[in-house]
Amino acid sequence: MAAAPSRLGPAVAAIAVALPMLAVLVAVVQGATGADAELWAHLREHVLSRVVANTLILVLGVVAIAATLGTSLAWLTAACEFPGRAFFSWALLLPMAVPAYVLAFVAVATLDYAGAVPTTLRSWFGDGFPVPPIRSTGGTIAVLALASYPYVYLMARGAFLTHGARVLEAAQSLGLGPWAGLFRVAVPLARPWLAGGAALVAMETLADFGAVSVFNYDTFTTAIYKAWFGLFSIETALLLALLLLVFVALALVAERIARGRARFSAADSGVRAAERLALPGARGWAAFGYAATVFALGFVLPAIALARWAWDVAAIDLDSHYVGYILRTLGLAGMAALACLGLALVLGYASRVADGVVTRTASRIATLGYAIPGAVLAVGVVSALGAIDLRFRTIAGGEGLWLQGTVFALLLGYVARFLAVAHGPVLGGFARIRLSLEEAARSLGLSTREVVSRLHLPLLGAGIGTAALLVFVDVMKEMPITLMTRPFGWDTLAVRVFEMTAEGEWERAALPSLAIVVAGLLPVALLTWRMERAARAA
Amino acid sequence: MSVLIALLSRLTAVCMLTGIAWASPALAAGEPLVVYSARKYQLVEQLFQEYGRGRGIEVKSVTDDGAPLIQRLTAEGAMSPADVFISVDAGDLWRATEAGLLSPVKSPILERAIPAHLRDPAGHWFGLAVRARTIAYSTERVKPSELSTYAALGDARWKGRLCLRSGKAVYNQSLVAMMIGDNGVETTERIIRSWIANLAAEPFTNDTLLLKAIAAGQCDVGIVNTYYLGRLQHEQAGFPVQIFWADQKGRGTHVNISGGGVTAHAKNRAEAIHFLEWLASPEIQQRFAAVNFEFPANAGVEPLPEVKAWGKFEPNLVNVGTIGKTQSAAVMLIDRAGWR
Repeated sequence: MAAAPSRLGPAVAAIAVALPMLAVLVAVVQGATGADAELWAHLREHVLSRVVANTLILVLGVVAIAATLGTSLAWLTAACEFPGRAFFSWALLLPMAVPAYVLAFVAVATLDYAGAVPTTLRSWFGDGFPVPPIRSTGGTIAVLALASYPYVYLMARGAFLTHGARVLEAAQSLGLGPWAGLFRVAVPLARPWLAGGAALVAMETLADFGAVSVFNYDTFTTAIYKAWFGLFSIETALLLALLLLVFVALALVAERIARGRARFSAADSGVRAAERLALPGARGWAAFGYAATVFALGFVLPAIALARWAWDVAAIDLDSHYVGYILRTLGLAGMAALACLGLALVLGYASRVADGVVTRTASRIATLGYAIPGAVLAVGVVSALGAIDLRFRTIAGGEGLWLQGTVFALLLGYVARFLAVAHGPVLGGFARIRLSLEEAARSLGLSTREVVSRLHLPLLGAGIGTAALLVFVDVMKEMPITLMTRPFGWDTLAVRVFEMTAEGEWERAALPSLAIVVAGLLPVALLTWRMERAARAA
Repeated sequence: MSVLIALLSRLTAVCMLTGIAWASPALAAGEPLVVYSARKYQLVEQLFQEYGRGRGIEVKSVTDDGAPLIQRLTAEGAMSPADVFISVDAGDLWRATEAGLLSPVKSPILERAIPAHLRDPAGHWFGLAVRARTIAYSTERVKPSELSTYAALGDARWKGRLCLRSGKAVYNQSLVAMMIGDNGVETTERIIRSWIANLAAEPFTNDTLLLKAIAAGQCDVGIVNTYYLGRLQHEQAGFPVQIFWADQKGRGTHVNISGGGVTAHAKNRAEAIHFLEWLASPEIQQRFAAVNFEFPANAGVEPLPEVKAWGKFEPNLVNVGTIGKTQSAAVMLIDRAGWR
């Protein structure tokens, strides 16, 4: 008889993983109880309905566009053949290395009335030449969607590559063309991964402050900041943050519905690679034009603008400090990636062998942080650690701080915020390992440890790589948690971007921004290499 | 895949080790001085290091916005390593004082150097640089004789010609707070609504964009902190925007400060006071303000020639600390008036 895997251990471990976020949540709730009634009444009357509507429009718009771009581009590069396909299959990931706030300030600086593009257009066609305002709802949605579609692209492409071969065969045998194949077979099969990618985009959008504030687009997050910075009431700000969590819960329910009830487990490995569907002539070039446009807007043009500004200021601003900024940025991102990956594996394993209310609740809590503005999380982290430090001091004595202002505090914040990013791909990876395979392994007498090390980890391969590298790139771009919890001397590239943009010196911010993009290309290249290898293996 | 993880681990280890080595400063003899600064790195770091070298100590600093730094100080409580808090807004200094995070300092040197309206009467904080917020106008489309007060920007003649920065910007909130103090809530709200009705474009996220919009012809007048224009004029001679000093026949132009105070739990209090006194001294005052085209807080010190070229002005002499008290009322007024 096969020994059933222990359920208790994994469930307890899942709870342990949720503890950091739980501590942060408790601190937030505690703070929120002190909210000011008069301020709250003011917000209800003059602020809330507008920012709720704004936030809904933004999230729906960004998710719709990012999902459309990500899914269609993934389908084109995974299942079709067109000029430049091999290049675009990795190049379309590169916009991930450009932080949304950087894309936003580049867009506004070049496309607003006084920017280079409208100015040039007016000089050619006269002063009356109408240019649609970039600082608008449409502009905000476009920029956030361009910055976040790679999440969907990455997840969708993984799914299409796994299913791709047989999907196309099935579709063709039913007499369906490539687009009918996409909508009627591939997308339904890839639903869990598409929904996972879309959920990441939605949460990222809800938590964004950097990009929306460049556009002066008021969302829930900007209202939180205003309550804190302007009304001087951190407590009221935290109450707003709790209300935001209600939105998040709704979004998560929506994701569950989108995922569907089916339990997906995929694909035997070792299926022969399918023929890609050739897009001949004009259709091939249309695909090329589409991919090239997205790539240009999301990466090439912003990178050129950044490089030009960076070149102008490099003489004053570029010094040996940058070696430290880059090393610390990469080091912190690497540590956070490894930590999030380890914890995501624990959660993923627990959900597999001990699926139930406890594990599911623990997973939900542990991954909530991605939808909470980084600054709110940071307040939670410093408050929670402040309480612990005080306890330490009464026990151990001493003058200084134990946990606050250490790299540990920083990592705690990163884990609370980015665990969700690692969780999705790892869970997707687990879902692709057939339960029957595991049952067979256990019936052969393999212990839990052997099942994990000899079956799960090797088969998780793709999911693990995606998870680690997504966190890595996200941490490189992270700003508010880094600012508020970093120890002395731990300035990163994002900190430098903040200091320049806060002074309205966007040109000078281009240098550290460009450094983030260039340093971010390294993990994106790794990710690409992994995808190509997975594609070859399939 | 294990290859990838191993690679990532190794990369991380190398970066962390060299990163830490890169971060550790040269050894210094005395107790370090720790500064939490909302005045950004590029404006202060050089002076901080110079002070440290002169005193044979290490000056450690972190930067962030004022509100998060205040929150960090609050969470750290008595265990905080910080000795000095530097802000770029009088409201933040007022709030830090209210929260009990700053301690009063009695220093004849500081009291002599810094005028009374730019420091806390009890000595919790002292202004170190003055930032004036006033009217900027297009030299191509506006005559200075058309301009007078902040309130007059709501006149019909500026319909579709006015640009404003976002109402979320602290500098606008402190301007409105001052106006509430001078004119009361109702009059101020009427003025703000008249401005909003005159807007030529959605409010901007920073003063630099606003000034560029005036130069490009999107609008003709706006309200800005003068140092943003200083930077642009420095980069581009003949930048077609000029400063007009508002309310000179009334209470004077609105000023805010970048200033600092000694924290309540400073471990190195004597050094912290000495540091503030050094920052208030004439030569350092000149450089502290000049790096950002601001006005020195020390009345005996001249600003940069570029800054002097904007002419003399009468500042509103109300104590800048009162801004903090009125700021949340100002923010609520801004919300009601629909100033995005």
